[in-house]
Amino acid sequence: MEETLAELRETFKSRRTRPVAWRKKQLNAILNLIHDNEDLIFKALYKDLGKHPTEAFRDEVGVVEKSVRDSLSCLEKWVAPKKRPLPLVFFPARGEVLPEPLGVVLIFSSWNFPIILALEPVIGAVSAGNAVVLKPSELAPACSKFLKETIPLYLDKQAIRVIDGGADVGEKLLNLKWDKIFFTGSPRVGRIVLTAAAKHLTPVTLELGGKCPAILDTISNSAEMKVAVKRIAGGKWTPHIGQACIAIDYVLVQEHCAPTLIELLKKSIREFYGENPKDFKSISRIVNKHHFERVHNLLKDPEVASSIVHGGSVDEEKLFIEPTILVNPPLDSEIMTEEIFGPLLPIITLKDIEESIEFINSRPKPLVIYAFTKDEAFKRKVLSETSSGGVTFNDAIIQFICDSLPFGGVGQSGFGRYHGKYSFDTFSHEKAVLYRNFFPEIGPRYPPWNAFKLLFIRLIYRYDYVGLLLLLLGLKRY
Amino acid sequence: KTRSYDWRVTQLKNMLRMMDEREAEIIAALRDDLSKHEFESCIYEIAMLKNSCKFALKELKHWMLPEKAKTPLTSFPSSAEIVSEPLGVVLIISAWNYPFLLSLDPVVGAIAAGNAVVLKPSEIAPVTSSLLFKLVGEYLDRSSIRVIEGTVPETTALLEQKWDCPVVVDSDTNLQVTAKRIIVGKWGCNSGQTCVAPDYIITTKDYASKLVDALKHDLEQFYGKNPLESEYMSRVVNSNHFSRLTRLLDEDKVSGKIVHGGERDEKTLKIAPTILLDVPRDSLIVNEEIFGPLLPIVIVDKVEDSLDFINSSGGKPLAAYLFTNNKKLKEQFVATVSAGGLVVNDIALHLAVHTLPFGGVGESGMGSYHGKFSFDAFSHKKAVLYRSFAGEAPLRYPPYSKGKLRLMKAIFAGSIFGIISALLGWSKA
Repeated sequence: MEETLAELRETFKSRRTRPVAWRKKQLNAILNLIHDNEDLIFKALYKDLGKHPTEAFRDEVGVVEKSVRDSLSCLEKWVAPKKRPLPLVFFPARGEVLPEPLGVVLIFSSWNFPIILALEPVIGAVSAGNAVVLKPSELAPACSKFLKETIPLYLDKQAIRVIDGGADVGEKLLNLKWDKIFFTGSPRVGRIVLTAAAKHLTPVTLELGGKCPAILDTISNSAEMKVAVKRIAGGKWTPHIGQACIAIDYVLVQEHCAPTLIELLKKSIREFYGENPKDFKSISRIVNKHHFERVHNLLKDPEVASSIVHGGSVDEEKLFIEPTILVNPPLDSEIMTEEIFGPLLPIITLKDIEESIEFINSRPKPLVIYAFTKDEAFKRKVLSETSSGGVTFNDAIIQFICDSLPFGGVGQSGFGRYHGKYSFDTFSHEKAVLYRNFFPEIGPRYPPWNAFKLLFIRLIYRYDYVGLLLLLLGLKRY
Repeated sequence: KTRSYDWRVTQLKNMLRMMDEREAEIIAALRDDLSKHEFESCIYEIAMLKNSCKFALKELKHWMLPEKAKTPLTSFPSSAEIVSEPLGVVLIISAWNYPFLLSLDPVVGAIAAGNAVVLKPSEIAPVTSSLLFKLVGEYLDRSSIRVIEGTVPETTALLEQKWDCPVVVDSDTNLQVTAKRIIVGKWGCNSGQTCVAPDYIITTKDYASKLVDALKHDLEQFYGKNPLESEYMSRVVNSNHFSRLTRLLDEDKVSGKIVHGGERDEKTLKIAPTILLDVPRDSLIVNEEIFGPLLPIVIVDKVEDSLDFINSSGGKPLAAYLFTNNKKLKEQFVATVSAGGLVVNDIALHLAVHTLPFGGVGESGMGSYHGKFSFDAFSHKKAVLYRSFAGEAPLRYPPYSKGKLRLMKAIFAGSIFGIISALLGWSKA
């Protein structure tokens, strides 16, 4: 591993990764990798996670393609130095901010979206001109193997490497000195990454998770209510059966709307997965036994089990857990304190929908808050009185593909952001550059100091040009 | 309460008022702690902070507005924006060399962004630390902004950060102006105890003696024949640092290289502006951060070699400087030297430019501030997406089918024709 790092440092030092042509070549290579191997990718995703090709395209393959195309078309603009205006007192001078790559970066990706969460940061790192080591998650072994074998066939081996393995490999990598670490995963491991990075003063971006709430306000128009609930159902179960950092974790709704909500949710589940979801091809599985037991255990608490109003069945062999709806499980139960990351949807009823704000604020800051409402005043309240990575009104998950919006958390849900230009920026150092001329020379800058010089500089700092003129003409007292 | 525009403006205005009303006390504190001349205090600490406040006051409404963002075809119909929100309660730890500015400048950014603040000033500048405690308590909102004094083992941390700011001097330069600017940037700023002060000079064999002569000449002009007695020179902050600096000077391979200065007075903690020529590359003075009034000069054969020297010196500096008239050399320098910030033909001035981000990279630090960058440093940029209920697309939901896959591919590709043909069942999956 030290050898790999040393080789990549040499490559970076040789400035091989700097020219825009090299970066575009890598981006095009990623595009070709995806096009040529689409079937293999679908197979690997199905093997690791039971993901249907349409879901795999929508959430992984399609997003990678889109991201590469956007980066290719904007790269020249991103790489260009940005001129900065300077106040007159600095004349003649020129200021600019010049983005430059950080060096050799380490990217850890997660198992739930093993292709997009690996490649999206790589796209950013490579656009910014860095050398990259990618460590995919061992919990998605077919995808990890695919990346390890295919990336060297398309991307520049001297600058981009894949190192696979388990937690021990991750630990060894963290002991080395990197110029940037990008981590997607759980807060628990995020802490380990940040602690290791602190030793080397390495900057870090952490994309973590949290409990993403959905607030459902009363919507009088029944057609719109149906759409809202369908989107909630989609936001819970369609991203990999709830195993997504931006999946809806729980719903907050006013008491009197709860029965309608439950009916419409059940209807959506039937529409998506038929009468017997277990037998259905479009449904993903839980990734492995450990997570299956973790999610299943959430239901074992008797008070939680008694709050189930739909679903609840499991099939351990197939790692299947049925889309399940619960109403008002105890707030101190694990299902309400830990991130669910599975197909269980608790509904919490409130007397007044405005209570949802206090409810959310008394818990760690989530990655996203979803609010379904037509009340403009309530929207403003949600925006200004809560804090989260992002907010999406009247839909779910779709913000992930808006490249012009920064994607990232705050507080416990992480820090740093990416997607689109934010990926480029996250892997860049924005270097400030000031160009000065030798003329004119300003005598008062230099010692020995005196009252005249002091006043002169005070006036300059205030941009008081009239005062300066008067001073120079001898018309101002000092 | 810290989120309201009015609260933020009140705090910033109070800070300005504090500086106007208590300027004399601030200057006295800086003189006690660092023997800083009134000039340096007024200009490098107070005036810079005032400008920071004024700039924030002027731009705050604009910074607080949400930024509109474009939305792609795939999420039509929708609108998007990025909302800046405060992070919460922030801790600011500041240094001793510009104890007033480096404490309050980040506070300006934190307040502008709407946060509550705890400030821990450096105990190595104790008089300023107490003064800050008193003034912040009097002028700013005590319920949201507090100062905590005390000892924290931060001295070692300061030394461990390599901020070695190199200055490359080309023979094709305006020597008079270059020498002056180097002097005021090095010795005129807290006697070299500044994170962006030139740490060492790199120049060619032939040019070195000319440069040394010019520096000697101007040093005498500025500080007189006995700089230890000049009131224009700050002192070394305390005896720890004084011993550290004299140790660098007394190292065997280096003590013979002194070409100017070297005098010291332990009682007043002053060291004369000292220049060393052609120091060995493995000496302590070249490899440790100096943070004092010693200026070694490293010799190279060709001026272009200096760029390699800087890039292979181990850590990326906070700032790097180049003095030259040669356009090509300027371009090479800017493109190949990685540092927090670069200045061509001057020293440290980029600090005063609010439109340039000030910060390090690699070993010299992470993040940036000044101007809007301060506001951003203390904000969370929340992504907000507004969707309408119209435009429901059944293809998002299970059960999945080849037809939905085809249509989705076409939409992602942004191809109108592809969408139409997918809808009509023409294209292949």
